[in-house]
Amino acid sequence: MGFPESYFQYPHRGYGMDQDWYEWSILPRRPKVAWPTDARVAVWVTVALEFFPLNQGSVPFRAPGGMVTPYPDLRHYTLRDYGNRVGVFRVFKLLDQLGITPSVSFNSRLAQRYPSLLANVADRGWEIIANGVDMGQLHHSGLSRDEESALVAESFGVLREMSGQPVTGWWSPARSASMNTLDLVAEHGGRYVCDWFNDDMPYPMTTGSGALHSMPLNYELDDQTVQLHYKQTENEFAEQVEDAMKVLYAESADQGGRVLSVVIHPWMSGQPHRIKALERALDSVMSHDHVWSASGVEILDAFEGQAQ
Amino acid sequence: MSTDQRADPGLYDYWPYENRPKLTWPNGARVAFWVAPNVEFYELQPPFLAARPAWSRPEPDVLAYSLRDYGNRAGHWRMMDVMDKYGVRGSVSLNVAVCEHHPEIIEACADRNWEFFSHGIYNTRYCYGMSEDDERRIIADAFETVERHTGQKISGWLAPALTHTHSTMDLLAEAGILYTCDLFCDDQPQPVKVRDGRLISVPYSLEMNDIIVYNVSNQSPRRYAEMLKANFDQLYAEGAESGTVMCIPTHPFAVGRPQRIEAFEEALEYITGHDDVWVTTGREIAEYYYEHHYDSAAASIAAANGGS
Repeated sequence: MGFPESYFQYPHRGYGMDQDWYEWSILPRRPKVAWPTDARVAVWVTVALEFFPLNQGSVPFRAPGGMVTPYPDLRHYTLRDYGNRVGVFRVFKLLDQLGITPSVSFNSRLAQRYPSLLANVADRGWEIIANGVDMGQLHHSGLSRDEESALVAESFGVLREMSGQPVTGWWSPARSASMNTLDLVAEHGGRYVCDWFNDDMPYPMTTGSGALHSMPLNYELDDQTVQLHYKQTENEFAEQVEDAMKVLYAESADQGGRVLSVVIHPWMSGQPHRIKALERALDSVMSHDHVWSASGVEILDAFEGQAQ
Repeated sequence: MSTDQRADPGLYDYWPYENRPKLTWPNGARVAFWVAPNVEFYELQPPFLAARPAWSRPEPDVLAYSLRDYGNRAGHWRMMDVMDKYGVRGSVSLNVAVCEHHPEIIEACADRNWEFFSHGIYNTRYCYGMSEDDERRIIADAFETVERHTGQKISGWLAPALTHTHSTMDLLAEAGILYTCDLFCDDQPQPVKVRDGRLISVPYSLEMNDIIVYNVSNQSPRRYAEMLKANFDQLYAEGAESGTVMCIPTHPFAVGRPQRIEAFEEALEYITGHDDVWVTTGREIAEYYYEHHYDSAAASIAAANGGS
């Protein structure tokens, strides 16, 4: 028995992508982008604040970093909660010390559980990114459009109301997605999504509900990915941040402004033995001339203001 | 397996690390430092529990069983020598059946005025889904066995293999346990919410736990020494403002291997070489905390959560 004939049909076989969300585009051949104050690299630090429920859902998969042992996994529940109680304050102190303006992502349920933490971020004027409802409620094609729409509405709605900010950045928990996610984010007033890891720069996306941008939120300069999943050390993480900065900074000499995105989970980098390595990395990054510490939405504003 | 699965274990309220009442230790110490050796016995053929098989290979899992048995035969004695050298008394996290299996170990620890607390009966007897009366039997057995063999009344608890029920903390408080090691959300002690009486969490650590470092994070011995020292440095620095707790949880079968013992020794030499360190035990930390800090902590937590 051979394969069916349909296996040899290639309906999207042609120039460009096999979907309509964005155009095929070559990074080094794009128009140069200029950042405010002649900066060469926009440094986008994102602090991820998450709620991993003890009864974390796992449909259609268990969000990485969550519960591991059979219920009740107090071990991982409390280790993750460490970030929101203790680690986050070490991280914020470091960002203050280095003059870094981050974006801070929240699961909306975390903001509801710990309103003083949301207020702390809002009072600093730091941008809040909607990171879904919690780490047990993922976006996937098993959800009806209405069910998923309710998740997007809840996350944006809670965070907008509590922070007084427009909240236009979206990051799905664990970068989970259905075929409707982009439409729904645009429909609920999102301007950008952080789930796509295919570029070093913002780029425009097209949805059924209007325009969006993809912002290059890093997955592999993310402390969770490097240290929990790849099992490298905080020093190796720091080295990679510095090395990435070196490359992006050099490229910006003839290719225009670049974005260095670094993602920090306080339950990881806020541990006592890791905070100094993060300090070394970010201090090194910020010690370059012509760097611009900016939030996601500030970078997007600057990007959108230029002809692409 | 419990069908009543909760998002939040309900064991503590949010308590941000900044703006807490100042925590002090005896003689102005910045860090309360304790070492908690897990003295364990894993059964070759424990009763089967569907929630979690004890061994990954079919029984007899000779590799995994013997790897752990090494701790009692060899590793413990090497580890104890190093602790003696630096004047560190252990707080033994004890599978109490070791009292019957290996009384020589108990006697050697008791001779050194080490503390014994309970880590259940065997590390192969889990508490998933246990009724309150059944869990009470384990707690009562631990009290009785340790007192009969050592004259000590246990004060602390680390659930066997970190397996819990919704009632574990309530039952510990009811039985007169002073402190639990099961919560990993803080670098300072904190009150735990229980039905009746009082209970506190004393920071134990997973991040500094030899098994987690060696077998989960897959780090090397030299790397472990580096992590322990970095962890101490940060907690010592912060301890100048308000006291912190650092614990090194060990497993003699891991830390006591010839290729690893020097990393442990290097850390003990480094930490005990600092002036403002209180080298102590879990019970002594708990007793001091109840006497000097429990009430102000409880008031601070209540205030942080809208109470008075």
